[in-house]
Amino acid sequence: MLNYEIVVIGGGPAGLAAAIEAKKNGAEEILVLERDMELGGILQQCIHNGFGLHVFKEELTGPEYAERFITELKAMGIEYKLDTMVLEVSKDKKITAMNREEGMLSIQGKAVILAMGCRERTRGAIRIPGGRPAGVMTAGTAQRFVNMEGYMTGKKVLILGSGDIGLIMARRLTLEGAEVLGVSELMPFSGGLNRNIVQCLEDFDIPLYLQHTVVDIEGKDRVEAVTIAKVDERFKPIPGTEKRFDCDTLLLSVGLIPENELSKSAGIELDRITAGPTVNEAMETSIEGIFACGNVVHVHDLVDWVTEESKKAGRNAAKYVAGELGGSEEKISVQGINGVRYVVPQEIRPENLSGKMEFMMRVDGVYQNVALVAKNGEEVLRSVKRRHVAPGEMENLVLDFESIESKDLKNLTIELVRQEGA
Amino acid sequence: MYDITIIGAGITGTFIARELSKYDLKILLLDKENDVSNGTTKANSAIVHAGYDAVEGSLKAKFNVQGNKMYDEVCRDLDVPFKRIGSLVTAFNDEELDTIQCLYQRGLANGVPDMKILSKEEVLGIEKNLKDTVKGALYAKTGGIVGPWELAIALAENAVENGVELKLNSPVTDITKTSKGYRVVAGEKNYTTKLVINCAGVYADKIDQMVNEPTFEIIPNRGEYNLFDKSMGGLVNTVVFGCPSKMGKGTVILPTVHGNLLLGPTAADIDQREDTRTTFEGLSAINDHAKETLKEIGFQDVITSFSGIRAKVDTKDFIIGKAEGKVNFINVAGIDSPGLTAAPAIAEYVVDLIKESKETLGLAFGENKDFNPRRKPSIHFMDLKRSEQIKLIKKDEAFGRIICRCENITEGEIVDVINRKAGATTLDGVKRRARPGSGRCQGGFCGPRVMEIIARELDLDMKDVVKDGKGSYILTGETK
Ligand SMILES: Cc1cc2nc3c(=O)[nH]c(=O)nc-3n(C[C@H](O)[C@H](O)[C@H](O)COP(=O)(O)OP(=O)(O)OC[C@H]3O[C@@H](n4cnc5c(N)ncnc54)[C@H](O)[C@@H]3O)c2cc1C
Ligand SMILES: Cc1cc2nc3c(=O)[nH]c(=O)nc-3n(C[C@H](O)[C@H](O)[C@H](O)COP(=O)(O)OP(=O)(O)OC[C@H]3O[C@@H](n4cnc5c(N)ncnc54)[C@H](O)[C@@H]3O)c2cc1C
Repeated sequence: MLNYEIVVIGGGPAGLAAAIEAKKNGAEEILVLERDMELGGILQQCIHNGFGLHVFKEELTGPEYAERFITELKAMGIEYKLDTMVLEVSKDKKITAMNREEGMLSIQGKAVILAMGCRERTRGAIRIPGGRPAGVMTAGTAQRFVNMEGYMTGKKVLILGSGDIGLIMARRLTLEGAEVLGVSELMPFSGGLNRNIVQCLEDFDIPLYLQHTVVDIEGKDRVEAVTIAKVDERFKPIPGTEKRFDCDTLLLSVGLIPENELSKSAGIELDRITAGPTVNEAMETSIEGIFACGNVVHVHDLVDWVTEESKKAGRNAAKYVAGELGGSEEKISVQGINGVRYVVPQEIRPENLSGKMEFMMRVDGVYQNVALVAKNGEEVLRSVKRRHVAPGEMENLVLDFESIESKDLKNLTIELVRQEGA
Repeated sequence: MYDITIIGAGITGTFIARELSKYDLKILLLDKENDVSNGTTKANSAIVHAGYDAVEGSLKAKFNVQGNKMYDEVCRDLDVPFKRIGSLVTAFNDEELDTIQCLYQRGLANGVPDMKILSKEEVLGIEKNLKDTVKGALYAKTGGIVGPWELAIALAENAVENGVELKLNSPVTDITKTSKGYRVVAGEKNYTTKLVINCAGVYADKIDQMVNEPTFEIIPNRGEYNLFDKSMGGLVNTVVFGCPSKMGKGTVILPTVHGNLLLGPTAADIDQREDTRTTFEGLSAINDHAKETLKEIGFQDVITSFSGIRAKVDTKDFIIGKAEGKVNFINVAGIDSPGLTAAPAIAEYVVDLIKESKETLGLAFGENKDFNPRRKPSIHFMDLKRSEQIKLIKKDEAFGRIICRCENITEGEIVDVINRKAGATTLDGVKRRARPGSGRCQGGFCGPRVMEIIARELDLDMKDVVKDGKGSYILTGETK
């Protein structure tokens, strides 16, 4: 049995930032476990620009952003194991992992930080009818082939879903000489960042078909054609609106799901909407001493927010190990209502609140001229105007608890309120 | 010259091949696909039926009941997943209660053991997730579930180890009569043989008509399925059939041998024999049935959908026997459900049929002294005890490296299935044998890694590794 103060599962940006911050806050023995051959997580395949604008105030590529943290982690002498798969985490923070050189490993942590990231939704999850030839793959898999292994995955490509990975791959494949015929999106709006719609589709004249889905895939061995159709309000395809594309590839960018198999088997409570663990103000899950951060908690669109959130998890894990984190029973729930789908953290303990605290959330549709309004019971704590909100862009709201007596805290809600006359 | 040529390496063809490999014969097994078990055998309900469905006196009834009994031994010898979990036919109204009575009687007539009509309470005692409106059910203890392609693959492997020659990518395009038997043209090669056994599934009529007058026609009929994540596998404990009605055989809700949940199938005649597309309507219909039967079910955990094609004939029974006026051409056709269950019994029957005319055919039928009924056990790393896992990694580091992160499949297991007889050469071939890519992410993560392993083990270029069929290439070139 190996013993550590903090064991971090996942060596992506979340795990790296959490480990570094924990060390800065006094934790000594930290171990990062990563199943891939290198640290950096999903960033290693994101060779495009657009990382770090908030954290470093400059535009970096994914690998560059990751490298800064990897360098720092190594300089600080934090231990890590690569090509090491974590198989199980128990309630009492015992971890079972495995790799080639050492075989089966049992590791006891005083605290554990979950930073396993997320995985892509697949074809099955959205029940696309049609044949099952080669050439149907998720955008992330294609990204890995193209950016990391140097292989092309198609010549004529249609993309289903306008998530960021799909949009970025539309541009990438075009630059690599493939013909991208269009992007079909089920919803009346894109799930991706606006800047990606402009830079990856509009700049390359790639059409975006909103409210369209795939109704047929042809081809026995390899995709030969894909048919899309417009859908009604209940997402049923409307007969007569079909468009057939001759193509050899269908890429799916239909959403990401937090990777929580380990959390589930440990008995950690998951939020139905985020599909990640419910966390408190310290990024601690329903099991004391097990923290979580990054995409495993909720899917982020910007890595900068992952970093901020993960620092918080790392700092609090260090406090926990030092016995300085208050573990009071008193909890206040934080809920998203009226257009706000979820808020992270889902719970706060007044005892641990000091000054400002940031909440992350996503809205359920596209709205113009609204306010994000936070209330304590009926009392408005803060109201912030937003000209435009969309499900593809995460929102944040900072509340200052300095002036609030903790005994007066009831339950917090955050909602969208339409602005009159705007 | 071959003694016997079997056309089609589905469950029927592989069972017959393995049965024949007990004798000192020169046997050829041909399939047009890139792997064995790539026809109907890879896409069905995977149920080992008890035997109360088929009409009394039919070949289906006879071979179903016999075949069911043979499953324990063959699955043990070949180390194939098989579980006798029992089956239920549920009744939700009085008419359906009558129907299950009829099925019970038919089961008795067919010789099905261990059946019982259950009360509502008894049904809910076994299946607590069924709607409370259930009124009763027919329970059959001998009903089971199997890994259908695992079985066909294991049979092929064992047959090859016992001397059968397997040739894939060999579509039979012509058969001509010769003085001593037949010349079979397959994949641009000629094979001469004393006897032909036609196990060509949905193409059995086409093969038959290459030398015989037409006597039957295959009507392809498609069944669609939804497969759910393992987290849903515990929703039912037995094979739960809906009650058959005028609308057709009921839809089934069952766990698979690997612990996933399977819903299906639909039934619709189709025009093209290999059109395994799924449809919006079909998949919706299956889900609607589940909603009517179960207290609660969520569809967000569907991980894949698929369909299989039944080789239906208008007589609705199996066609097994010598072609009219010939001792050296045997048809095993119209093998739709319960063909999987019946296959071991069919194989024995077919071998007896050949033995009847062994003198005419000039076949000695001596015993194959080297016949080994067992195959090297397959390795399921995650099912092993901790101490055995540690030992295995010590012996071979490749077992310490997880490739498939959903199912926790190690590199060692993948290398093993590639290097066996009748081994995997494709991404889907590896998936069917060792399961990487069968989980939640459906190969998103492990696909590229598995391709690397295949390329390395078989000395192929990455670009030449295919998904399934010969033309199912995955990579189209290199980046700029
Ligand atoms: C295609 C794409 C484009 C993006 N573009 C941008 C952009 O332009 N700008 C921007 O700011 N952000 C962007 N992002 C977002 C950002 O990259 C992610 O939010 C961030 O990488 C999430 O970090 P993470 O550490 O939570 O997850 P990940 O990076 O996924 O890291 C999780 C790590 O945990 C490991 N792991 C999981 N389970 C186990 C286990 N059982 N045992 C051991 N290890 C395990 C995984 O291998 C992985 O390395 C993009 C994301 C993607 C996918
Ligand atoms: C939806 C569905 C559900 C079912 N459920 C069950 C069940 O639960 N239990 C049960 O017992 N049975 C079930 N069945 C029936 C069972 O799946 C079949 O009876 C069985 O798989 C048939 O096996 P086979 O070997 O005869 O045919 P196949 O598996 O189709 O094999 C035929 C082989 O012949 C090859 N071939 C065809 N033409 C040529 C050619 N010209 N040259 C060379 N090779 C050729 C094909 O490539 C194929 O591999 C079900 C069937 C369906 C469709």
